[in-house]
Amino acid sequence: MTAPSTRPAISVEAVGFVYPDGTRALADVTLAIPAGQRVAIIGQNGSGKSTLVRQLNGLLSPTEGRVLVDGRDAKGRHVADLAATVGLAFQNPDRQIFAGRVRREVEFGPRNLGLRGHALDEAVSAALAAVGLSDQTEANPYDLGYSRRKLLAMASVLAMRTPIVALDEPTTGQDARGVGRVQSIVGSLVADGRTVLAISHDMRFVAETFERVVVLRAGRLVLDGTPWEVFDAPNWPLLASTFLEPPVAARVGANLGLGSTPTTSALIAALRVRGA
Amino acid sequence: MPIQLAIVSYRYPGTPRPVLVNMDLAIAAGEVVGVAGANESGKSTLCLVASGLAPGVVGGRLEGSVSIDGATTASLKPFELAQRCGILFQNSATQLSGTTRSVWEEIAFGPRNLGLAVGEVVERVEHALASLAIQALAERDPQRLSGGQAQLVALAAVLALRPPYLVLDEPTSQLDPQGTRLVGDALAALAAERGTGILLVEHKTDLLARLAGRVIVLDAGTVALEGAVADVLSDAALHALGVEPPSAVVLQRAVADAGLTLDAGALAAAVGAVGAGADVRVDR
Repeated sequence: MTAPSTRPAISVEAVGFVYPDGTRALADVTLAIPAGQRVAIIGQNGSGKSTLVRQLNGLLSPTEGRVLVDGRDAKGRHVADLAATVGLAFQNPDRQIFAGRVRREVEFGPRNLGLRGHALDEAVSAALAAVGLSDQTEANPYDLGYSRRKLLAMASVLAMRTPIVALDEPTTGQDARGVGRVQSIVGSLVADGRTVLAISHDMRFVAETFERVVVLRAGRLVLDGTPWEVFDAPNWPLLASTFLEPPVAARVGANLGLGSTPTTSALIAALRVRGA
Repeated sequence: MPIQLAIVSYRYPGTPRPVLVNMDLAIAAGEVVGVAGANESGKSTLCLVASGLAPGVVGGRLEGSVSIDGATTASLKPFELAQRCGILFQNSATQLSGTTRSVWEEIAFGPRNLGLAVGEVVERVEHALASLAIQALAERDPQRLSGGQAQLVALAAVLALRPPYLVLDEPTSQLDPQGTRLVGDALAALAAERGTGILLVEHKTDLLARLAGRVIVLDAGTVALEGAVADVLSDAALHALGVEPPSAVVLQRAVADAGLTLDAGALAAAVGAVGAGADVRVDR
């Protein structure tokens, strides 16, 4: 159930962003995300996806336009205040991890949000369990492989229990089980009424996991809709122009004249309808 | 004269358990050997061992022998190793030198250190940029690239060394779908035209299906499956080993499980299709 809300959790209003070296990363991006929505952000390498999510928790501030988080302008808000609202798991876990023990790493965020004692233990244990690292609490993060460091970075964000969670390429380096784990984490966050944004290049993961897909090309928002809409055949040339390809299920469905079938289950349903 | 691992076991310094156990593997010139396996099954360690970085630079203890073109990695100095085998790390951001001011300079860093003539350096850099379609990044600051762009630049820097062997640890993990295809094409061309032997670790079995001749699947540091790419990637044991079969295989099974049939031609066409407008070259 999506919690009803009178205002969007996130409102990106005509946002532009230019890095100090003059590289323009975003141009005129407008996007309203209601609380409880699952949104995937896709687009070619360098299209501005990571830059966009970094605007949400104040790591970067727009050079044009504004970002409202829970109805309030993100600019000028204290980092600690925003950190309690928007959790961001970095694309590169090694830019995020700093503690010498897995448990200490995950404790850092919630401790800074004021959690102590049993509440802290509980938040940390739940986050470690969600990513499957419960048996590694005393390990040094750098003795873990890359895929587990990614999961650890995610656990550190989950433990803060922020109403908005942004995941930058959460399935990178994950095996089949790891991808399944990320899928179920997204599902349980949304079941909990939280808003989830994720950047991904894995089109099958995107189509199977998210209800809304936002496509960036060279810093501009060029498509915004359900997986059915975004991966529908008429949009393929536009997707190709930002180095994307529809999931295989969508391509098979279109080849068979079944309409838009972005997921395996959508394809099976369409095959059933045609067979009946 | 391949990269040859003979009964290799390896443990990291300060750890009691070996991460690779009794592994035999050969990568011949012009051959692409795919490596798949669950998280922590030993794939990245295999890359370090096959390229000679472990134990040479990383430390730890190696049993058995690893040789490249007949010379054991233990007997080769770092600069000798670097000329025989290029490696791309899983986290490619850690690979960029951090000392150069432009992508062009970054890619030239390796060839310059090989002491090549200026003309040769220029030719190699331009060719590496073009093969990955990243000419538009040439003047960018390497520290100000997106994750995927950094991965392409790190790969280009390795390609510019033109080693006879390449060890690539998930070279497309952060790339968009067409970037992944482009890297696949570049690697296929290297193997076919230049005779480069490539060890390719990938979770993307679709890419392995296109590129690799042989595939091995690791499980807890040992080779659990090994064989021709088509056999291994359709093996029923794959999923239990934590490896997602190619998307066509997954889709076909799901449809069959639903009691339906899928026209094989439509499936093959869909998987093979590059997608409308794929030859559109967009500046990165």
